[in-house]
Amino acid sequence: MNFEYSEEQVALKESIARWAQDNYSFDQRRVGAVSDNGFSKDHYNTFAELGWLSVPFSEENGGYGGSVVDIAAVMEEFGKALVVEPVFPNLILFGGLLERSNNEAIKAELIPQVIDGSLMGAVAMYEPQARFDASNIATTAAESDGGYSVSGHKSVVLGGAHAKKIIVVARTSGAQTDEDGLSLFLVEADASGVEVNAYPLMDGQQVADMHFNNAPAQLISELGNATLPIKEVLTIAHVALAAEAVGLMEVLNRTTVEYTKTRKQFGVTISSFQALQHRMVDTFMSYEQSKSLLIGTLVELTDERTTPQRASKMVNALRTLVAKNGKHIGDEAIQLHGGMGITDEMNIGHYHKRMMMINLMFGNGDFFQHQFNQVAYAS
Amino acid sequence: MDNNFSSADIEFQQEVRAFFKSAYTTDLQAKVESGVDHKSIAIEWQNKLNDQGWFAVDWPVEVGGTGWTPLQKFIFETERCEAGAPDVVPFGVKMVAPVIFTFGNDEQKKRFLPRILTSQDWWCQGYSEPGAGSDLAALQTKAIKDGDDYLVTGAKIWTTYAQSADWIFCLVRTGTFEKRQQGISFLLIDMKSEGIQVNPIHSIDNHHSLNEVVFDNVRVPQENLIGVENQGWTYAKALLAHERTGIAGVADCRRWLREITELAQQQTNYKGMLIDDPQFQTRLSDIEIELLALEYLELRVLAKLSSGETPGPESSLLKIKGTEIQQSLQELRMQTIGAYSGSLHLDDFESDLHRRGSNSRRAYMYGRAATIYGGSNEVQRNVIAKAVLGL
Repeated sequence: MNFEYSEEQVALKESIARWAQDNYSFDQRRVGAVSDNGFSKDHYNTFAELGWLSVPFSEENGGYGGSVVDIAAVMEEFGKALVVEPVFPNLILFGGLLERSNNEAIKAELIPQVIDGSLMGAVAMYEPQARFDASNIATTAAESDGGYSVSGHKSVVLGGAHAKKIIVVARTSGAQTDEDGLSLFLVEADASGVEVNAYPLMDGQQVADMHFNNAPAQLISELGNATLPIKEVLTIAHVALAAEAVGLMEVLNRTTVEYTKTRKQFGVTISSFQALQHRMVDTFMSYEQSKSLLIGTLVELTDERTTPQRASKMVNALRTLVAKNGKHIGDEAIQLHGGMGITDEMNIGHYHKRMMMINLMFGNGDFFQHQFNQVAYAS
Repeated sequence: MDNNFSSADIEFQQEVRAFFKSAYTTDLQAKVESGVDHKSIAIEWQNKLNDQGWFAVDWPVEVGGTGWTPLQKFIFETERCEAGAPDVVPFGVKMVAPVIFTFGNDEQKKRFLPRILTSQDWWCQGYSEPGAGSDLAALQTKAIKDGDDYLVTGAKIWTTYAQSADWIFCLVRTGTFEKRQQGISFLLIDMKSEGIQVNPIHSIDNHHSLNEVVFDNVRVPQENLIGVENQGWTYAKALLAHERTGIAGVADCRRWLREITELAQQQTNYKGMLIDDPQFQTRLSDIEIELLALEYLELRVLAKLSSGETPGPESSLLKIKGTEIQQSLQELRMQTIGAYSGSLHLDDFESDLHRRGSNSRRAYMYGRAATIYGGSNEVQRNVIAKAVLGL
């Protein structure tokens, strides 16, 4: 029984923490965040040079062969540093689906480019009418000239503003909300029939809505049989986002405790007030709870005895709790900073915006709790 | 990262499971749940455990304990809850005994420990006073030297099972120092001594387990002093930390959660079953998700203990979260059962549901004490604020 990261994982985390301390202060981060890309390509290249972008990929595809625990270790650290560079859309989503493709030639060509940082990709999955339902897909694909073309509207595509290649989830059979009948297609961002409308999110990400109008596309999954790879990638994505959120929580709490020890009102530091101390103890407990459930989920997902039902229960529990506790911690951090908490110059608000964005990604707390209820209690 | 038990631990788990299955008979279960004649039933169960050598879970082997590792204790406790078997009455075996075998002299060990093992002596705890609750160091019960004895005067309160106890272990004031924590001594007092009066306190669970114990010039031989005079606070603190580690009650909560889920599958709601009501499901999963997190929080603390680290403020965290979850479950259990949960009956039930209802009422009402005793949850928050946050 062991609930700590391994020595290698600790070393990986420390290398990210060291880099962030030397190169990624709040002001340094802002330079990239306000640039056209919304992030720094230089930093992203550094991530590639340091090998961090290879973590999720298998060794046979030239990667580090990392498990979901390794991914969580990296994401927790990126969360602490509030990294705005598009690691999540490129590695976890685009890279994740790529690695599960049945097209070996495409994998051999593209995965090395994701690992070396030269290829920016995105996954166009969710649609405006679907809210958080990943199987509510109206985008269709039709055969044309021995290939395919896709048509449809995809919303809030992460990494969509700067992606060169896009994996589009399209329906090739069944009704609009069927779980099955989905296929994966690779589409060039500059192909004809592709319209990319980019816009920023509150956390600094540059995303896009995408309109496909008979855009030329290459099938990269089994026809009508992409549900399993999508589910696998979403499971890892949920854990990665939760790990990032746990990193955000740690910094929000630490920063707030430090601030109350320096801020004086009524002639004393405000940390001396019991009303505030107990609120900070509660946010500390929210963090410890979230971290514990993250670790529990990691342990169970990497245990071969875990049933799919149990895995689903754990992942949905994790995202439900992270949504609740993340909001608790972020709101309290702002409140305890007083007026300073709502200024753009303090990092607190930026951490909280990222937290709120995570809690809207691929589901919110209510959505995950509903999923949990379905798995746990449905008769 | 993994949560694998070693093959030795798995073997141990199977042995414990088999023991509870055979030892905790349906006959015994019925007696325990009736709540009638608590003491003799508790002694019957404790003697069964002691015959197996598994009563003094926390004691070292030299003094008749199991010598188990933290993980073995955890497995034992989990299996006990899974079997629905009651916990031992803690005042002797879990509370005073560790103080005696850690800080007491050989004479005291020989005199008291064997009688605790066989449940011949029944103990109660004399810490809180009418004027000293969460602020325990404010205690004022005085012990003044008189020849070879102390003369004890004062009052203790919330003393569970004092009405049937043979002995009470007390914190008493033996000196006045600048720091209130100094000048407190740890004294063992025979409940048959002249000058002791036990006044019952009836609690909101319609039960009598609590008491006030009044001491009027009670003569106590100095040989009943544990360790050094005026050092009692140190001994008591060691004991309090001990009291908190098992307090999360995860396994008990899991059992309640299962019971509630099963009940909700049988109970109707509008035209359907309660378990299918989305509002009910959300109330249930609010608790279940917190419990999943608590389970891993406890395992993380356990893993630290197993690698030789001492429990720190994590035990305060486990206490706060554990008791909050216990109380939520106790309430939801009442709500799930319905109006039978108001019943004051202790036997002669109309049905199994009636029995469960009455039990759930008692558990909820007495359960309110969990966030108060062992250092109230507010005091635990102060502990965390100081130790973890450096506030």
